[in-house]
Amino acid sequence: MIEVLAILILLSVIAAIVAVETEELLPAVIALGAVGFLLAIIFVFLAAPDVAIVQIGVEVISLVILIRATLGRDTKPATPRRRIFGTIVGVAVVGAIGLFGVRIFTEFPGFGSPVMDRFVDAPSVTYLLDGLSSVGAPNIVTAVLLDFRAYDTLGEATVLFTAVLGALVILRRKARVHGDKEEDGKK
Amino acid sequence: MKADRHTEGMGIIVKTVARWLKGFILLYGIYLVLYGHITPGGGFAGGVVISCAFILLTLAGGENHGLRFFPKTASSTLDSMGLLLFLAIAWLGTWWLGGAFFKNVISTPEQAYFTLFSGGTIPLSNIGLGLKVASSLFLVFTVLAAFRLAMDAADKDEDEP
Repeated sequence: MIEVLAILILLSVIAAIVAVETEELLPAVIALGAVGFLLAIIFVFLAAPDVAIVQIGVEVISLVILIRATLGRDTKPATPRRRIFGTIVGVAVVGAIGLFGVRIFTEFPGFGSPVMDRFVDAPSVTYLLDGLSSVGAPNIVTAVLLDFRAYDTLGEATVLFTAVLGALVILRRKARVHGDKEEDGKK
Repeated sequence: MKADRHTEGMGIIVKTVARWLKGFILLYGIYLVLYGHITPGGGFAGGVVISCAFILLTLAGGENHGLRFFPKTASSTLDSMGLLLFLAIAWLGTWWLGGAFFKNVISTPEQAYFTLFSGGTIPLSNIGLGLKVASSLFLVFTVLAAFRLAMDAADKDEDEP
């Protein structure tokens, strides 16, 4: 268990160093995505599947947005040798992720049964014992997020709302610069 | 060439696969939102997966294809509606029989445990959060894509004096 975590942490540190040290933008973004996906695998091994699902989703979206924002800015065309190497590495990485996925899906309990009742000596055992009777939701993570600590979730939602508002206001102005220029030219 | 890829999308293989996959991705996202109080998941994770489905459509079929399924006005309205729904549930706690902010006012009988209709206000909060996260992430994506399009157009203008 601890060896697996050590290997995963080592890999993510290597990916982080690659992300900082590489000179082109696109490989740096991809290395950053590798750090995020390794973090998601670590979360699964630490028995936090809720956090892992959120981590994977946010990682995919941020990766897509960042790649879309940087693609075509300064990328080199691939030579045939580079392309073969890239294919081999891609197949190996996808295979490794598939193996991890098989391992994780065999460890999960069946459909509909709560995943958290296997850890008896966890500090959250009070929530596990009393959570269902006081809230009525078997998933204690959601019960904590939306009932015991709903203030935090409200703050989180407000942060997201403000971020979207800021992105809309700032980027809309920039996106309209082109149109404004045309109008100025007409004047 | 690149501007074409942004407005018209990718090849026919990608478009067909995206057309087949979008329903399954949407279904998984809705499942995560609705069953968030029973199995791993919840409003945030489900919302991210739902917005992934629309982002896939936008990437495969171009800007206008994605916006036809989820227009910008609808996503900004749903974004605000989700947050307002979440706030309304919180406010319901204070209003109902003099409770506290975010009090879970709907009690669950013991025979309803582990069913869809349990957990009091938690599924409702999940739905609100799911709407909010899905629409706001898609909104950020479309705004950034529009920003990219404008940048490309500006670059092209600079190239052609």
